[in-house]
Amino acid sequence: MSPRDAKPRLDLSGRVEMTHGAGGRAMAQLIEAIFKPALANDFLAQGNDQAVMPLPGPGRLAMSTDGYVVSPLFFPGGDIGSLAIHGTINDVALSGAVPLYLSVSVIIEEGFPLADLARIADSMGAASRAAGVPVVTGDTKVVERGKADGVFISTAGLGLVPPGLDLSGDRARPGDRVILSGSIGDHGIAILSSRENLEFETAILSDSAALHGLIAAMVAAAGPHLKLMRDPTRGGLAATLNEIANQSGVGIVIEEAAIPVKPQVAAACELLGIDPLTVANEGKLIAVVDPAGAEALLAAMRAHPLGREAALIGTIGEDDQHFVQMRTAFGGGRIVDWLAGEQLPRIC
Amino acid sequence: MKHVEEYRDGALAQGLAAAIRAEADPARSYRLMEFCGGHTHAIARYGLEDLLPPPVRLIHGPGCPVCVLPVGRIDAAIRLAARPGITLCTYGDLMRLPGSNRDSLLKAKAAGADIRMVYSTLDAVAIAAREPEREVVFFAIGFETTTPPTAVAIREAEQNGLTNFSIFCNHVLTPAAIRAIVTGAEAARDGVAIDGFIGPAHVSTVIGSEAYRFCADEFAKPVAIAGFEPLDVLQAVLMLVRQINQGRHEIETQYIRAVTPTGNRKAQALVATMFEPRPSFEWRGLGALPDSGLRLRPAFARFDAETRFEVETVPAPDHPGCACGTILRGAKRPEQCKLFGTICTPDSPVGACMVSSEGACAAQWSYGRFRRPAAERVSA
Repeated sequence: MSPRDAKPRLDLSGRVEMTHGAGGRAMAQLIEAIFKPALANDFLAQGNDQAVMPLPGPGRLAMSTDGYVVSPLFFPGGDIGSLAIHGTINDVALSGAVPLYLSVSVIIEEGFPLADLARIADSMGAASRAAGVPVVTGDTKVVERGKADGVFISTAGLGLVPPGLDLSGDRARPGDRVILSGSIGDHGIAILSSRENLEFETAILSDSAALHGLIAAMVAAAGPHLKLMRDPTRGGLAATLNEIANQSGVGIVIEEAAIPVKPQVAAACELLGIDPLTVANEGKLIAVVDPAGAEALLAAMRAHPLGREAALIGTIGEDDQHFVQMRTAFGGGRIVDWLAGEQLPRIC
Repeated sequence: MKHVEEYRDGALAQGLAAAIRAEADPARSYRLMEFCGGHTHAIARYGLEDLLPPPVRLIHGPGCPVCVLPVGRIDAAIRLAARPGITLCTYGDLMRLPGSNRDSLLKAKAAGADIRMVYSTLDAVAIAAREPEREVVFFAIGFETTTPPTAVAIREAEQNGLTNFSIFCNHVLTPAAIRAIVTGAEAARDGVAIDGFIGPAHVSTVIGSEAYRFCADEFAKPVAIAGFEPLDVLQAVLMLVRQINQGRHEIETQYIRAVTPTGNRKAQALVATMFEPRPSFEWRGLGALPDSGLRLRPAFARFDAETRFEVETVPAPDHPGCACGTILRGAKRPEQCKLFGTICTPDSPVGACMVSSEGACAAQWSYGRFRRPAAERVSA
């Protein structure tokens, strides 16, 4: 973002035109009027083709990138802007890293309302400020009408893993405990409820949130007992548990009755014939912890606003076939499988 | 949800399971077919088989509309969707259903056909109203529960004067399929014998419990009509165990909160004004059955895609290794099919029973495959 002789004059009642991505004065105006004020910070203000930042201390770097194509762009409890900030902060932080810096790349479809673009930029800025993780560099492109769907956002994040911490998906061992930070399915159901053709009245809001504060409290409480953390986004809890089982070469047994699901989410899933275990979340995490650290971890999580409903949901076991099994609340057993096919496209 | 959770109570389940264990005679066998895919799904999802004693065996029946649709009809739908000007509206499950050469509506859509997933028949009517330049065809499938909504869609299209809405009708009738299974079993075609039926839930709310009278009167098979919740199924199992122990063969209704002897007369009347039985309709696994499928009456021919677009159904064979047919008759268990879990999985289904979550193979694969050795032991 390096506008040269731009003036912040832009009529927000208009629409994005191809010239807004052409590298000329219109593009500079777009950046100056919409993105710069929304995301302002000292690194972004350097105005070069890259941002140069200090490394705040010792440790290893963690980096992650993610694309956001959610439909609709605005949904109950969030929008594509805040989602793009939260999602990447979480991906970086789940390594135990302190997230430090973000980059943002926005691809805009010709004809997109400028007012909506400003709303999205403001939402990104608010999420970034609230999390204390600045967007230090960015880019915008405009593509012809029909070549994108409104706005696509790609973000990347950098963080610093403190010395001595080593979390990884292959570290679950038989006997370890599986802890979930809160109720599942909120994000997916919030998106579903606002989809065209499927609108239904619900009070469910997306759980989209930055989890690095909760994660810092978890690292402080459980330290080396913590084996790994994952966020159950697309594919839900079911996919994430299967990933862990495969990566660590173990089995997992969970208790259905221990998994928090909001009654409204359970009701919507019932109505739509979908399993809450496969519905996406954007503000929840799963931790695998040595039994010695499980109680301290649970207590620390429950003391944090984003982990109040944290629950011990299962145990890692030995299983050559790496099955995730569940004791149903009804008293039987069953497999928790990956979602087959596609439940819902473009959930994040 | 409170109302639903009451039918999933673990403590009540343990009580019912204990009663079944106490009353089931270890020297007898209780081979009970749950006709409906809805029951199959509930049984697998709640791990119900873990609660039943060895003499009680549940056999998964053909009551999954996606599963019994023959390959020739899927091919016909794919060809129809590929025609210029046509928009095919379908329920999601049908998208992945394999036609000949593992073709599917999903692949046809990727190749450019205008195929849209809808959640209700009325969504298809709304598309027809919104896009008058398109010929909108609704891919109508299902048992007696889904026929009334199709009839409502046609009535809606008629009242709104839509001339670009029609249906590709594949509605089928439950009693005809049950009769085919009992007569097949009686003839010992596959060596499978069934001692009783867990009768359909939603279908029975429409057609009524008396529709199964022939099972008891002609074939001496007891029926317990059950709701789709896991406690409903357990209670129906107990009712059937008691009937078999006492040598009774009656039509009993566990699902009394919704099923009456004569069913929903209003829905039946609406369907009867628009639909008539086909002389014969092909079912996967059961073959061509007389009076088992419905078509639109001549007075409604303008809503019949088969007439309007001269849709031709060319009979096509199932994949040679696929055991869906025998599985749908209850003669084989999913894990006895050599394709099960090898080249046929829910991600890449070869047979229809692996597509729908109500299909026996998909239910076994998705929920029960950890139980495989035990299942093989009891299936002998």
